[in-house]
Amino acid sequence: MSQVIARAATGDVPEVRTERGERAVFCGLTSIIWLHRRIQDAFFLVVGSRTCAHLLQSAAGVMIFAEPRFATAILGERDLAGMADCHEELDRVVAELLARRPDIRRLFLVGSCPSEVIKLDLANAAARLQGVHDNRLRISAFSGSGIETTFTQGEDQCLASMVPDLPELEAGNQRLMVVGTLADIVEEQFRRHFAQLGIDHVDFFPAARADDLPPVGPGTRLLLAQPFVSDTVQALCKRGAKVIPSLYPLGVQGTLAWFQAAAAEWGMDAESVSAALAIPVARAQKAVARVRENLKDKTIHFLPDSQLEIPLARFLRDECGMSLTEVATPYLDQALMTPELLQLGADVRLVEGSDLDSALARVRASRPDLTVCGMGIANPLEAEGLRTKWSIELIFTPVQGFDQVADLAGLFARPLARERQLEVGSWS
Amino acid sequence: MELTLWTYEGPPHVGAIRIAASMRDVHLVLHAPQGDTYADLLFTMIEREGRRPPVTWTTFQARDLGSSTAEMVIETLQGVCERYQPKVLLVAESCTGELLQDQPGALARGAGLSAPVIPIEMAAYTRKENWGASETLYQLVRGLLGGKARDSGAEGEGAPAGRRPSVNLIGPTKLGFRCRDDVTEVCRLLERMGVAVNVVAPLGASPHDLLRIPEADANINLAPEVADLTCDWLRRQFKQPTIKTVPLGWGATRDFITEVASVLNLDIDPDAVGESRLPWYSRSVDSTYLTGKRVFVFADGTHALAAARMARDEMGFEVVGLGTYSRERARDVRALAAEYGLEALITDDYLAVERAVAELQPELVLGTQMERHIAKRLGIPCAVISTPAHVQDYPARYSPQMGFEGCNVIFDTWVHPLIMGLEEHLLTMFRDDFEFNDAAVPSHLGGEGAGAQQPEINNVASITPAGSGAVAWAVSAEKELRKIPFFVRGKARRNTEHFALEQGLTVIEVETLYEAKAHFSR
Repeated sequence: MSQVIARAATGDVPEVRTERGERAVFCGLTSIIWLHRRIQDAFFLVVGSRTCAHLLQSAAGVMIFAEPRFATAILGERDLAGMADCHEELDRVVAELLARRPDIRRLFLVGSCPSEVIKLDLANAAARLQGVHDNRLRISAFSGSGIETTFTQGEDQCLASMVPDLPELEAGNQRLMVVGTLADIVEEQFRRHFAQLGIDHVDFFPAARADDLPPVGPGTRLLLAQPFVSDTVQALCKRGAKVIPSLYPLGVQGTLAWFQAAAAEWGMDAESVSAALAIPVARAQKAVARVRENLKDKTIHFLPDSQLEIPLARFLRDECGMSLTEVATPYLDQALMTPELLQLGADVRLVEGSDLDSALARVRASRPDLTVCGMGIANPLEAEGLRTKWSIELIFTPVQGFDQVADLAGLFARPLARERQLEVGSWS
Repeated sequence: MELTLWTYEGPPHVGAIRIAASMRDVHLVLHAPQGDTYADLLFTMIEREGRRPPVTWTTFQARDLGSSTAEMVIETLQGVCERYQPKVLLVAESCTGELLQDQPGALARGAGLSAPVIPIEMAAYTRKENWGASETLYQLVRGLLGGKARDSGAEGEGAPAGRRPSVNLIGPTKLGFRCRDDVTEVCRLLERMGVAVNVVAPLGASPHDLLRIPEADANINLAPEVADLTCDWLRRQFKQPTIKTVPLGWGATRDFITEVASVLNLDIDPDAVGESRLPWYSRSVDSTYLTGKRVFVFADGTHALAAARMARDEMGFEVVGLGTYSRERARDVRALAAEYGLEALITDDYLAVERAVAELQPELVLGTQMERHIAKRLGIPCAVISTPAHVQDYPARYSPQMGFEGCNVIFDTWVHPLIMGLEEHLLTMFRDDFEFNDAAVPSHLGGEGAGAQQPEINNVASITPAGSGAVAWAVSAEKELRKIPFFVRGKARRNTEHFALEQGLTVIEVETLYEAKAHFSR
C-alpha cells in the first residue's frame, strides 16, 4: 500500500519519501483542547457525531474541572435523513448554548468528518448566525475534520477563520505578528526579549482574549511560532503581510535564529541580537548541557504526529547530540519548512505521510533508543522493549524559547533515565 | 441534533473494538477517516494494554472521497488477512464510513478473502457503545454457531449424572469495569460450587472457544448491557438457560449461588460456598455512623441497580437519588427507584446529573468518572462504581467488584472517601476550632501554616430562581451557617432556602436556619 515518490530536492535538503496507507494520528478537532484554554472567552461547537465528542474527552483525559468551553452538536438520523433542516437545528442549538454561556465572546462552528461528507455549509451558517447575534459576539467556522486536517492543523484552520476579522494595520506602520499558540509564560518571555531588542510593536496571534485581534496589513511581518500554520499564513499574506523565514524557536539555536530573523527586519544585525540576548542564551546552554549527557549518542525515531517533528529532530541532533534514524511528518509544507530542511541537511531519512504497519516494521528493524509517537502506539512499543515519548505532551508543554530548552530536552531524557533507574524486570 | 458536552458512552464502533480487543485471533477492519484512530489509546493508555487493539482503519481522506474509498476497503482487508491471518475478520464502519455507503461488509464477502468475514452494521447515528458491543458479540457468536443447534434434550435439564456441570461466562470485555478481576472471582466461586467454567467470552476467548459455547449447561450473563442479546439467542438456539443474577453485593452473590444451584439442579448451601467480611464490618459498631447517610447512585444499569441494593440493605445508607445512562436498562432502574420511593434519573446529559447532585446534596456519590468530577466540584465524597472509567479504575492490585471478595473491596471503596465517625462528631462539636476546619491546612502540614485560606470548595450557587422572590441571608444567619461542618453545609443551605421559599420568607435569620433543621430532621 505504500508508494515511494522521490521529489526533486533543491540544495542540501533531505529527499522526501511519501507514504500512503493507514494513518495513526488525531484529527484537527484535537486542537480545540489547547485552543479553548488559550482563547479564554471562545467557545468551540463541533458539528459532528458521538465519535467527535468521545475523541475530545478521551484526548483531553476527561478534564472536567470546569464546564468546558467546547461541545458537540451531535447529528442524528433525522438530520441526515433531511427530516430536520440541519440549519434550523443548528440555530436552535446555538441559541441554547449562548443562553447558557453569556460570557462567550467568540463562537467557532467546527466542521467534522460527517458534516463535511454531508456538505453542511458551516461558513454560511456562521454568517447567518452572525446576523442574528451581531451585537453580542463574533461567529466563524472552520474545519477540524479528519478527512481534511491532521491534529495540529485544526489550529491552523481556526486561526485562518479569524483572519477576515482582523483590523487593517494603518499604512506606514511596521508591526510584528507572532503566529501560533504559545504558552502564556513563553509569550511573556518573548515580549521581554523583543523589548530588549527594541521591537515594541509585537502582537501574538491568537491572543488570550477573542476581541484582542491584531491588525494586519502591508506593514505586518509574520514570525511563526509553530510550523503548522500554513493556511493562516496564506490568508495573512493575502492581506499584505510578509513572512520572515526562520528556524522555529525550539532549542537555543532555533530560538536565537528566530529572534535574529525578526530583528533583521528592524535593521538589527545578528551580532547585536546575540549580544542583547547573551544572558538567556548562556543560561539555556548551561541548562541543556546537563540534560545532553543523557541524550548524547542515542538514536531517535519520529513517527508522524504533531508536525513538530522536523524542528525537534534538528534540535535533538544539533544541540543534544542524538542521531536520527527516521523523521516522519504527517505532511510537509516546503514553504514553511525550508530553513529547517536546509539545517537538517541531505543525510536525513525524511518521510511524509504514513503507512502504519510498515512504519512500525522500520522501528522494529532499527530499534532506536527512543521513538516519538502518538499515544495509541506508545505502550505497545514499550511492551516490545522500545522506549517512547508520546508526542501530545510536546504540544501541551511550554517548550519554545531559551528558558524552556532544558525542559524540552528533559521530555526526551526522562524515558531513558527511567529505564536506567528501574530495577523491576524488563519491559518486554 | 443534540448538544453534548461530555458523553457517557462512545459511539457503537468503540463497542465493536471492545469485543475484538477482548479476543484472540479476531481482527476488525473499520472503514473510518484518520482521527477515528484515537480509539486505540482507550486501550493502550487507559487500560495500559501492551498490544494495539486488533483493529485496522482505512483512514480515508478528503481526496479519496468519491473515487477510491471502496478500493481502500478491499486493499485494507487483503493487507490484514495477509499480515495478521485472523481466524475471523469483523468488518464495520464508523459514523463517517456509514455515510459513504461503500458497504464494506458486502465488499469483504466478495473479495475472496482467506478469513471468514462477519460484517457488523453499526447504526452510528442512533446507537452507542454498549449497543455496539452487544451487537458485535451477538453477530460473532451467531455467525460462528448459526448453523448448529442442540440435538436433543430440554432447556435447563442440567448435566447428566456423573458429569461435572459447566457454565459459560458471557459479557466481560476490555474497558469494562473490573472485568479482569471479576472473571477470576466468579470462576473461584464456581469452582467452590463444583461447577466447571466452559468458556469465558469475549474476554480472552478465541473464535475456536466460541464454537464450544453449546457444550455448557447454562450461560451466566455477567454484563447484561453487552450480553443480553447473545444469551437470549443461545437460550433459543441451544436451550441453554441464562443465569441472570449478577453477583454484585453480598445478597446478590448469595442469590447468584442459589440461582446457579437451581438451574444446574445442585444442592448447595450459600454459606458453604464462601464468606465476606462485609456483613460483620457493616454490623460492627464503628459503622453506626453510616446509618442513613444520603447516597446518590448513577452508573450503567447493572452497577446502578447493584449499588442501590448494597447501599440500602448492606451498608445502611439512604438512597436519595438513583439513575443510569443505559437507556436499555431504564425499565429495571425505574422499577427499583420506585421501590425506594424515588423517581429514576434516566439521562446521558451529565449536566442533568450535576443538577440533580447539586439539588440533593448527598453525603456520598457513587458514580462514574463523570460523577467523580461533579462531586469534586461540589465538594462531596465520591467512589467510582462503573464505566466510563479512567486509568485509575484499572488498578494494579486484585480488586474485583463481584463475589464475596468484591463485597470486601466495595465496602472499603465506599467508606474511605467519608469522614470517619468520631472525626465527624468532633468537627460538629468544635466547629470554630482554628486548626480543624475546612479552611485550615491540616496541622501535620504545619509548615504551610494553620488557618491558611483555601478556596471555598462548595461553590454551588443559590437555588433561588430569578423572579420567584429572592431569599437573602441575614449576616448573622450566614455566620451561623459557616459554623455547620463543611461536609453538610451545602445541604443545610439548600434545605434552609427551600424552607424559606415554602414559608414565603424573604430573609433567612438564624432562627430560620434552626426552623429548617427541625423541619427536615429525620
